Amino acid sequence: MSSQLDDMYRDIILDHFRAPRGKSKLDKKDFSSGGHNPSCGDEIEMDIKEENGVLKDIHVKCRGCAISVASGSILAEAVKGKPFEEVVKIAEEVRKILKGEEGVLSEDLEDVDALKGVRKFPVRVKCALLAWLTLIEGIKNYKSEDGKENPTISTDEDDK
Amino acid sequence: MPTKTDKRTTGSGRNDTGIDTNAVRADFPILTREINGHPLVYLDSAASSQKPKAVINSIVDYYENYHSNVHRGLHTLAEKATNAYENVRGRTAQFIGAPHVEEVIFTRGATESINAIASAWGDDNVGEGDEIVITEMEHHANFVPWYALAKRKNAILKKISITTDGQLDLSNLSEIITERTKVVAVSHMSNVLGTINPIKELAQAAHKVGAILVADGAQAVPHMPVNVSELGVDFYAFSSHKMLGPTGVGVLWGKKEILEKMQPFLYGGEMIREVSFEKVTWADLPNKFEAGTPNIADVIGFEAALDYLENLGMDNIRRHEIDVTTYAIEQLSKLKGITIQGPHDATMRGGAISFTDADIHPHDISTFLDSKGIAVRAGHHCAQPLMRAMNIIATARASFYIYNDRKDVDTLCNALTQMRSYFGL
Repeated sequence: MSSQLDDMYRDIILDHFRAPRGKSKLDKKDFSSGGHNPSCGDEIEMDIKEENGVLKDIHVKCRGCAISVASGSILAEAVKGKPFEEVVKIAEEVRKILKGEEGVLSEDLEDVDALKGVRKFPVRVKCALLAWLTLIEGIKNYKSEDGKENPTISTDEDDK
Repeated sequence: MPTKTDKRTTGSGRNDTGIDTNAVRADFPILTREINGHPLVYLDSAASSQKPKAVINSIVDYYENYHSNVHRGLHTLAEKATNAYENVRGRTAQFIGAPHVEEVIFTRGATESINAIASAWGDDNVGEGDEIVITEMEHHANFVPWYALAKRKNAILKKISITTDGQLDLSNLSEIITERTKVVAVSHMSNVLGTINPIKELAQAAHKVGAILVADGAQAVPHMPVNVSELGVDFYAFSSHKMLGPTGVGVLWGKKEILEKMQPFLYGGEMIREVSFEKVTWADLPNKFEAGTPNIADVIGFEAALDYLENLGMDNIRRHEIDVTTYAIEQLSKLKGITIQGPHDATMRGGAISFTDADIHPHDISTFLDSKGIAVRAGHHCAQPLMRAMNIIATARASFYIYNDRKDVDTLCNALTQMRSYFGL
């Protein structure tokens, strides 16, 4: 098997793809966010429960390639139970890393780090980014006064 | 069916169809290279075919020995270049059974050809409330220009739907093509489903109500004999690069009497008869539609592609592709999780086979196959309305041509089997 392929589809990634975390629906949600990737058709929806500024629970539903599904699953695991401030910071760092910039992740985020392999496949970076951008937008929207009920993002608009 | 589907041709490259794929492959330099440590198996000819040495050499020969601008020069090189360029027009006319040489207009590609029809013919012939009929399986190239025309003119865009097995649903055709219909635009062969559409019948239905028929032949001309006179169409568009020729050359064929009345779509040098400050008159066909310096080198390269195809014989090519497509559908159908889109009878379709895997996204399929040296296309194939109609987000597509054989099908199927275990399925 070519090592470049294994770099992208690391065991951690394949494990998340086969058994995505955050699959169970929430009994109660405080906000939702959706995103899609028009160039490949990946679609993601997430429901989030908040408690005193902490992301108490998250449900992620993703229809798409292995990378987008695994990324959504890794996200669900990484952000659950963390204060929103920290969640946004992690998501921003992931975004930097996937775009080839310097980014810092704490040691407990080993699974998030596994997404790095995608960088060797530039057309697939969007797939990995989708979940994180959707989360950032959802939180931003939830915190703003005139937030929309169900914000949706498109990765094609994030071409910085 | 001329061939026995159980007969493996692995190794010899020759099947009963008169095409020796090993000999053909030797003419294509790119097919000797490796991709990710594996011999290249190129299954993406529906997107763009590879080029034989003869095509590449003819472009080099032109630039090295007789490059000049065409039509206006009086020196030796200009004459040679002009003759060579104009000669291809005649060869092209012959290749598609066009009655008049001047009906062949060179463009940048099938997309530009269709755009030219939709704007130059469309602007003068389609008005408010008129109807434009397309089909659900169109490539965006034969959809968006008509959509834009409909918007400009407040015309109505109607569609012929597809059946579950990927054919056009003609059951209610008389409700779709009506007295208000001005143009029916339809793909001769679907780039996603491979379906060969009944162009002749549709042209008759269009003519009955006084409409014209525009056929997008980008997928058909490379793979089967096409005769525009027999089809009875009014316009026919296709591209050089899908039929062994260079990129940047397309053909717009139209009936002489329609082209003569049609306004130019590009203005400038070459396309005029006389220019004064007060009045400009247009040149005759075909120059009226070829403003500016044309893509001389690639048109000349296109002739080498026509030579190559004619030498093999379009009937033989069609038979060869029916053989490979039959085998591919048979083998792919055996694979767990794989669903083939479009007709399963190879005599009703071309060699572009779209398929999906129940658990693996087409982009993952494509990435995995690439790691094995196999090039396929994955995505919506510029046919988003069709994807929506089929209720899928994307497909993987393996498309076969003269340099592919049953052995390539085996390589593909083996890799797809490995893929499922790689993804733990």
